[in-house]
Amino acid sequence: MRYVDEYRDPVAVQRLAEAIRARATRRYTLMEVCGGQTHAILASGLDALVADRVELLHGPGCPVCVTPLETLDRARLLAERPDVVLCSFGDMLRVPGSRGDLLAARTHGADVRVVYSPLDAARLAERLPDRQVVFLAVGFETTAPAVAGAGRWALERGLTNFRLLVSHVRVPPALEAICGAPDSRVEGFLAAGHVCTVMGTEEYEPIVRRHRVPIVATGFEPVDILHGVLMAVEQLERDEPKVEIQYTRAVRRGGNPAAQALVDDVFEVADRAWRGIGVLPGGGLRLRARYAGLDAEALLEGRAVEAPEPAACRAGDVLRGRLRPPDCPEFGRTCSPEHPLGAPMVSSEGACAAYFAYRTDRDGPKEDAA
Amino acid sequence: MTDAPDLDALQAAVCPLPTAAEGERVSLAHGAGLGASARLFEELVLPALGNPALEARHDGAVLPLPAGAGRIAFTTDTFVVSPLEFPGGDIGVLAVHGTLNDLAMCGARPLALSCGLVLEEGLPLERLRGLVGSMGRAARAAGVPIVTGDTKVVEHGKGDGAFVNTAGFGLVPEGRDLRPARVRGGDVVLVSGPIGQHGAAVLSVREGIELESEIQSDTAALPELVETLLTVAPGTTCLRDPTRGGLGASLCEVASAASLEVELFEQEVPVDAQVRAVCELLGLDPLFLACEGRLVAFVPPSEADAALAALRTDPLGAGAARVGRVCDGPGRVVVETRIGGRRLLPLPAGDPLPRIC
Repeated sequence: MRYVDEYRDPVAVQRLAEAIRARATRRYTLMEVCGGQTHAILASGLDALVADRVELLHGPGCPVCVTPLETLDRARLLAERPDVVLCSFGDMLRVPGSRGDLLAARTHGADVRVVYSPLDAARLAERLPDRQVVFLAVGFETTAPAVAGAGRWALERGLTNFRLLVSHVRVPPALEAICGAPDSRVEGFLAAGHVCTVMGTEEYEPIVRRHRVPIVATGFEPVDILHGVLMAVEQLERDEPKVEIQYTRAVRRGGNPAAQALVDDVFEVADRAWRGIGVLPGGGLRLRARYAGLDAEALLEGRAVEAPEPAACRAGDVLRGRLRPPDCPEFGRTCSPEHPLGAPMVSSEGACAAYFAYRTDRDGPKEDAA
Repeated sequence: MTDAPDLDALQAAVCPLPTAAEGERVSLAHGAGLGASARLFEELVLPALGNPALEARHDGAVLPLPAGAGRIAFTTDTFVVSPLEFPGGDIGVLAVHGTLNDLAMCGARPLALSCGLVLEEGLPLERLRGLVGSMGRAARAAGVPIVTGDTKVVEHGKGDGAFVNTAGFGLVPEGRDLRPARVRGGDVVLVSGPIGQHGAAVLSVREGIELESEIQSDTAALPELVETLLTVAPGTTCLRDPTRGGLGASLCEVASAASLEVELFEQEVPVDAQVRAVCELLGLDPLFLACEGRLVAFVPPSEADAALAALRTDPLGAGAARVGRVCDGPGRVVVETRIGGRRLLPLPAGDPLPRIC
């Protein structure tokens, strides 16, 4: 398949790995930001190919993982209203809130549906005028334009029964927080290619200047990822940190202005809590006041939701690259994809789930039970 | 009697069986066991599925067994696919192939099927006629009659158009014994053709994905392909049809049941380009998409070449490939990736769900 196979070519991958080993004069610590990259790395075994020269830390770029427990509980409260149809992306439905996940709510009679696109949820609202269709809007800058577009689409059609429960997050404040932590070991980032497709790379330039870390906007296939690593290593060797684009087939420095304008029209930057990390200044998006009619919070009628995190889950350390998932005492023991303690074990982009799924050196659940 | 004209045949010649008036739908009366039920059976089911055992109109079918019949294989499966019709088939053909294939994976030659229909009130009779017609054609093509059955109707809103259960039995010839526990280290893993086509066909209709050419379900009856295979590879240890959960789940199940490691060569697994495209779009792995006309065979290495060649002589096995081997090790599947790495093949916790970005 064109545009796929060439980026998975084993010969190109080996050449890049050799180039990285040849160029790096010492072992560097890099962080790939996006959970999609984490899964590609572990599914292909890329980390092992360059392990003597590069340690790859796994970043916070799993939208499901950083969605606060409280938001999940809000979603469940909404889903339990008989007039509500709650829609979201598939992964979101399996993340445990403090009273179980949204799929569990469905077995208790709630109308919870998987959609592939926010617009599908808006269309559902058009078809079900007697119901409130709530879209649980999670994700980074990548998905925000589609959510904004769906909201405008619904309003343009005069729909009053389409609502958004917004939990959108932004990447740059998270990188800022990781770099600013006193114990940070990160020497360079592979930024998430799809986020940069929308937002471009300009907003990473101040971070590079402040913290002198290379940031390379990188794609998701094995060749992309090793190419991104090589570019970051090259910068570190020359001690010339800058923002570079590896994923040139999708990313421009200015990003996608039409998508940005759509997001800017519907949302404004706001402080937001990240699960496991805490409140990040400017860490998310919220609906602008003129789009308050889209806000699903109104349906909650001020009901307070408090949600303590399970104490055993160290998702926050995993998301900041401080803890490798297999080093977590609960990994594979009390915590597995079928009985997850936290979101990184659930999502298809979660680092814990990636280790559990792919690593042949992990203890299997059977051995653990013995 | 012998001189009397065959009135039924005469009438049939001039007055074909009454067809359902256009727009007629399944009603609760069709399931009540009274006149409407009888008419549905006589006018819609029997013409599609007719055979001497069914025409006996008894509570069950009584069938003779050949002398020295050996052992019986017996299986059942229930079909709830949505949508009822999809490119390359419908729930009816799937229900026949599914049970025939389950029998074939036991090494059995299928003898007869049953059919239980659960219909939702309001289902247009034309659609029902289509589904039952498909069942009849599929059963006849395989030479296996549907000899007994049952129809129930549930109220509107309490079913999804139609659910179909089929059960079937067949005879396992002397000396055949196919099951995971017989798999041995060194066995070669063969797959009979490109994987994931049924799952991709149903998903692309469900998600409204438009492709340059429609993906057709691979639904097919496998008993003949199994006979072809076992003739040249009698040492075959296990067969599986990778339906729900796809090739990945089948391999995980066999590896776990046999307590052996299955090595899967990612590069060798045949996947049609359109199926790959749908998987890339939806973020799914073709290894976990359902096949309905493929088999996985565990064959001793000495018979592997002959087995592969034999599979390829049959149109249903034209795309057969050697995709893995069995090794001593824990009961798990390890994938040799395209770039030469090794990783576990995880069994997904639930249905494949779309990814976020």
